[in-house]
Amino acid sequence: MSNKHRRSRIDLNDGVVELAHGAGGSAMTTLITEIFYPAFNNDLLLQQNDQAIFNVDTGKLAFATDSFVVSPLFFPGGNIGSLAVNGTINDIALGGATPLYLSASFILEEGFPLKSLLIIAKTMGACAHSAGVKIITGDTKVVERGKADGVFITTTGIGVVSNQNVLSANQITPGDCVILSGEIGDHGVAILSKRENLTFETNIVSDQAALHELIQLILQVGGNNIRVMRDPTRGGLASALNELAEKSDVGFVINENKIPINPSVAAACEFLGLDPLYVANEGKLIAVVAPLAAADILKAMRSHPLGHQAEIIGEAIEDSRFFVQMITRIGGRRIIDHLSGELLPRIC
Amino acid sequence: MQYSEEFRYEPLVVRLIRQIALETSSHRSYRFMEFCGGHTHALARYGIEDLLPKNIEMIHGPGCPVCVLPAARIDAAIRLAKQDNIVICAYGDLMRAPGSRGNSLLRARASGADVRMIYSPLDALKIAVAHPDKEIVFFAIGFETTTPPTALAVQIAQRDKLKNFSVFCNHVLTPAAMRHILTESQSTSSQRLAINGLVGPAHVSAIIGCESYQEIAENFARPIVIAGFEPLDILQALLMLLRQVNTQRAEIENQYDRAVTNQGNYSAIDAMADTFELRECFEWRGIGELSNSALKLSKNYCALDAEERFDMKAVAVPDNPACECGQILRGRKKPQECKLFGNACRPDTPLGACMVSAEGACAAHWAYGRFRDESDTR
Repeated sequence: MSNKHRRSRIDLNDGVVELAHGAGGSAMTTLITEIFYPAFNNDLLLQQNDQAIFNVDTGKLAFATDSFVVSPLFFPGGNIGSLAVNGTINDIALGGATPLYLSASFILEEGFPLKSLLIIAKTMGACAHSAGVKIITGDTKVVERGKADGVFITTTGIGVVSNQNVLSANQITPGDCVILSGEIGDHGVAILSKRENLTFETNIVSDQAALHELIQLILQVGGNNIRVMRDPTRGGLASALNELAEKSDVGFVINENKIPINPSVAAACEFLGLDPLYVANEGKLIAVVAPLAAADILKAMRSHPLGHQAEIIGEAIEDSRFFVQMITRIGGRRIIDHLSGELLPRIC
Repeated sequence: MQYSEEFRYEPLVVRLIRQIALETSSHRSYRFMEFCGGHTHALARYGIEDLLPKNIEMIHGPGCPVCVLPAARIDAAIRLAKQDNIVICAYGDLMRAPGSRGNSLLRARASGADVRMIYSPLDALKIAVAHPDKEIVFFAIGFETTTPPTALAVQIAQRDKLKNFSVFCNHVLTPAAMRHILTESQSTSSQRLAINGLVGPAHVSAIIGCESYQEIAENFARPIVIAGFEPLDILQALLMLLRQVNTQRAEIENQYDRAVTNQGNYSAIDAMADTFELRECFEWRGIGELSNSALKLSKNYCALDAEERFDMKAVAVPDNPACECGQILRGRKKPQECKLFGNACRPDTPLGACMVSAEGACAAHWAYGRFRDESDTR
């Protein structure tokens, strides 16, 4: 009997995830072959082994993993699948590596519509394809209804470090320039605008994007003058800067007037009582660079669609307490502090 | 017009700062209290105090509703939240506010209590309609700004005969606290600690109107200038206060006339009068018991009072003896002069009222201003 006849049937229009889809039997095989194989379609995956085996160049590898639990799963500008692929691509690329391969693990909640899972898988395949990355291995587990929030995805990535520069926060020295690639807060506000309890009308879409091309461009132009790059995701620009300050034993002075922000995002933060400096981004990066190279790097970044609003927003300074200070838009000074606990709106 | 960007326009800020400098007499100092946490937050967030002449000192008042809520009331809500079938609905920044022993609504939620963050009490009503099998308790806090929405929710719940909705009322009154602060300020013999004028509340005043402060300005002979929450609002209000002090006037002036009228918002005032009555006494964290300073549901609505419906007796929680919040809220000490500040007391482990919410004096100084301190706070 051929495989085709042994497979259980799957209804991609009205079907839902069942416990059997994670039980290791024929239902699981069907789920994988009907949804994941066509969506991720590549030679290594289709060998259908428990592991993917591939050749590597001699040199250094970059390795990163990230889990995604976003709610809602679908939001303006993307879905959990695009986040899961682009997020790990970015983590790899920010180390100066070229991302090559991803794994994708799914924890599915019983009852989750297969139609939605198919959309998520197709999005992941498309994002990986357009970034030149292959999803070559994966896993699927199903938990009982109520024990997860639809879909959780963990992606792990491998890339090769092609240039010799070491990018690391401890290389920052006072005087270095901080470049931000574009407007802040889009992703966090796009997500909030669709949360069940506070739906509001807005045209803001998530900025989620794979940044590897922009990063390669920065490395080509900046070479040894790039100290470190970070993506200001959860915790926003404020958290990324504080993390860099602590790891490099410097302070920063940031110019509020130079931080790009979409007026709609600023307005949404205003009425939600949030500070956009702490709101998540999924397609932005901060590059800390030597001052002599800053102008050239900025110019190169602005030539790329994902960096066309890049700005030099501030500089590293000597500070034994590693404060991130900001010159406010009206000329005063303040700290941009660590986020304390969860991001909560103010009452009035 | 966006009603935000225009009021943060740097060239006008520079002009106002210049006028303030011209108006400031170098022979004396000026001590102004901004009553509202919203103003405290704006002063810190925009770094406004950096721009003021050195002899203008801002004192951060008690107008942060989360800060002044006693730990005992939070404990009572947490105890209730832990009971079966109870849903507590609360505004965002109340979620982290500490009760005793570091407990908070967030922690209660983590250990299984059904606590939900809402933006409006009307959302709590929706939850009540959607879950008729559960008791929905709205943890109402705030000054007169957030009181009318609670009043509206109470009226709707009564009209629609919602049996599973109630309100744990902690609304407090601005004029009562203002009177207390100014009485204390007058009782100090030290000229150095006197309060020379008040930046009056923005949103509160939009509800209760300028006239509510008339008797305070007259009795205490202190100028009050109602101000909006934007940088230009605050600077203009300070200029108006300076001019009053310099000409020995003690009047109520309204800088925030794009939102505030003399009489206030009639329908909001009517709704509050319909649904609430004065409490004889209410504890303010960091200040103590103040008479006629808070509201509870009036007799007509007492069936919706969570304190009537459930056993919510508050067990008093003494403040940490080293905590200087009382002195800070009265303008007698600065946050950095408290031994606990930055040590045991930080935004993630607040001990005193002023560290509880981002609008408190200590939390604002910690989050935005501590780089100016010489001490080793990180």
